[in-house]
Amino acid sequence: MPDGPMTGGARNFIEIHGLKRHFDVSAPWLVRQIEGKPRQIVQAVDGIDIAIAKGETFSLVGESGCGKSTVARLVVGLYPPTAGTIEFDGNDMAAKRSRTDMAALRRRMQMIFQDPFASLNPRWRVFDIIAEPIRAFGLSSGKADLEKRVGELLRQVRLTPADGRKFPHEFSGGQRQRISIARALASQPEFLVCDEPTSALDVSVQAQILNLMVDLQRRYGLTYLFISHNLAVVYHISTRVGVMYLGRLVEVAPTETLFRRPKHPYTRMLLDTIPDLDMTGRQRAPVAGEVPSPLDPPSGCSFHPRCPFANERCKVERPEALPIDGGTVACHAIEEGRLAVEERSYFAR
Amino acid sequence: MAAQSNNPPLLEVKNLRVEFPTRRGTLLAVDDVSFDIAPGEVLGVVGESGAGKSLTGNAIIGLLEPPGRIAGGEVRLEGRRIDNLPYEEMRKVRGARIGAIFQDPLTSLNPLYSVGRQLVETIQTHLSLSARAARARALDLLKEVGIPGAETRIDHYPHQFSGGMRQRVVIALALCAGPRLIVADEPTTALDVSIQAQIIALLKRLCRDHGTAVMLVTHDMGVIAETADRVAVMYAGRLAEIGPVRDVIKHAQHPYTKGLMGSIPSLGVRTDRLTQIDGAMPRLTEIPPGCAFNPRCAFVGKRCLVERPDLMSAGTSRAACWLHANGGVGAPIVKETVDA
Repeated sequence: MPDGPMTGGARNFIEIHGLKRHFDVSAPWLVRQIEGKPRQIVQAVDGIDIAIAKGETFSLVGESGCGKSTVARLVVGLYPPTAGTIEFDGNDMAAKRSRTDMAALRRRMQMIFQDPFASLNPRWRVFDIIAEPIRAFGLSSGKADLEKRVGELLRQVRLTPADGRKFPHEFSGGQRQRISIARALASQPEFLVCDEPTSALDVSVQAQILNLMVDLQRRYGLTYLFISHNLAVVYHISTRVGVMYLGRLVEVAPTETLFRRPKHPYTRMLLDTIPDLDMTGRQRAPVAGEVPSPLDPPSGCSFHPRCPFANERCKVERPEALPIDGGTVACHAIEEGRLAVEERSYFAR
Repeated sequence: MAAQSNNPPLLEVKNLRVEFPTRRGTLLAVDDVSFDIAPGEVLGVVGESGAGKSLTGNAIIGLLEPPGRIAGGEVRLEGRRIDNLPYEEMRKVRGARIGAIFQDPLTSLNPLYSVGRQLVETIQTHLSLSARAARARALDLLKEVGIPGAETRIDHYPHQFSGGMRQRVVIALALCAGPRLIVADEPTTALDVSIQAQIIALLKRLCRDHGTAVMLVTHDMGVIAETADRVAVMYAGRLAEIGPVRDVIKHAQHPYTKGLMGSIPSLGVRTDRLTQIDGAMPRLTEIPPGCAFNPRCAFVGKRCLVERPDLMSAGTSRAACWLHANGGVGAPIVKETVDA
């Protein structure tokens, strides 16, 4: 690996370099002229590098507004990037290619959304919802074959082929999320981008969906990019984890390393805030401050206003991601050795 | 139940039933729920969506959304019945004796008035204070809930606050008249984890300082684990289990609670699979006879299919499960075959 981002070892399936996405949220031109206001740009994603190996689950965590969902949308091509490249299995997604070649690439990646109530068309029967990708990519040889495939997909997500005749409103939230997963699997993808797939679900249903996702990954060798704000879920499902803060990746590490030996002060803070069932009655150290507005991010390291270890250098110089302990960390305090890495222990329930 | 002697409970809920008349018949959303809260105690109420936990909270503060109505049972605050009070009477209790915190801080605040004005209005409604004294109290409250620069922030409008700061204002509003009980319905669900930790710590500190009891309704076991003294687990409108928080989490007595705890991913041990309770909570129209949990229960016996269990003592908790009948003797250990 020359200067690429660190991975779990295997060949990189997804490679993201210097990815940026800025949104223009300025007031209309005339208002700006009258009130003398400048343009306003939100740097939702501000230069991140990610590499995902085939068959692994890479998770992005962070608080709302940190840009994790924007990364998901950039990766599947719902937004064009402002700068940077996304390579999927060696293919640059931004390169010019014919419609059919693009469709062939697109077929191999699918997305599962957070809200199972908004992501299914209420006027379509479940059969048609799941058959749509098969039809769109011309993957079936006829009506009988299509019915057989949809039936199989429904069975895979523990529904029955008879459910295909129903409408989405006849299902509970968990069942709808299963339908979303069946639809995502319909085009036989290799890579699934899951944007908070269980946040809208109750915990017992969340457990069903997470188990299902693990089963499917094992059976089809799927690669997941998993977006979540729930650290316990991320701990359970991921191979490696990236922590985002204000559009930047502050730390990337294999899951066990990240939770046992968190390095970046923000990661430590996030881990401190997990309400853990085992620590009944424990006092959490609440962290002062809130995420600053991405419209006006702090200079230097964007975490410095909330960071107890910040010094003058942190206020002016943006830290680069440096390799450490099998992952990368962007923090001056860690780089200079001002901040020691501590081992954390958790208790099994 | 707590002793009826010299230390009466602050809030007593007895056989509470909440129903919704619909075209297809009456739905029983809260079914025979009884519990009490001691002064200064934090009772967590957990359950999945539709378990009736929010309705129980709303019934207590008299804010059931029509056509929902209390169909039976009683709610007593400091020994006085409050479930049958006329609307105007209840308004005086609400705010003065019981404070309420809801999930979305933006909907609890009026966007057209500055937060100071809303606080002053609430204070003057319940306490006879001059405008100047009320404003001073509002300012003290804002400082107490940790709003930086309270002197200037008091004249700001809700939209000028962030989500976490808004929830602090709502907590200040709930504390205005020094209530004995706060009903907090998912107070941290709309917030980020780091802000959630701040709000929980704040709520705990304030209630300890003021001796206020809290009924904390949430689906987040983590929040309950570190906040509550006791926890009540609801399922399909009924209480499945109630007991000290540590015991319920570590030694759940009801099979549903056990499954619920197992389905929460835990830090420290990476298991291959999470414990999974198959199926979903039944809709209110399709609650099975006997124990509502029987179609999903691994320990279901014949009795569970016909007879509804009441809360019975199980370890240090009380659970509504026939496994604990006769002190656990009548427990069906082996799963019996059930013809669907």
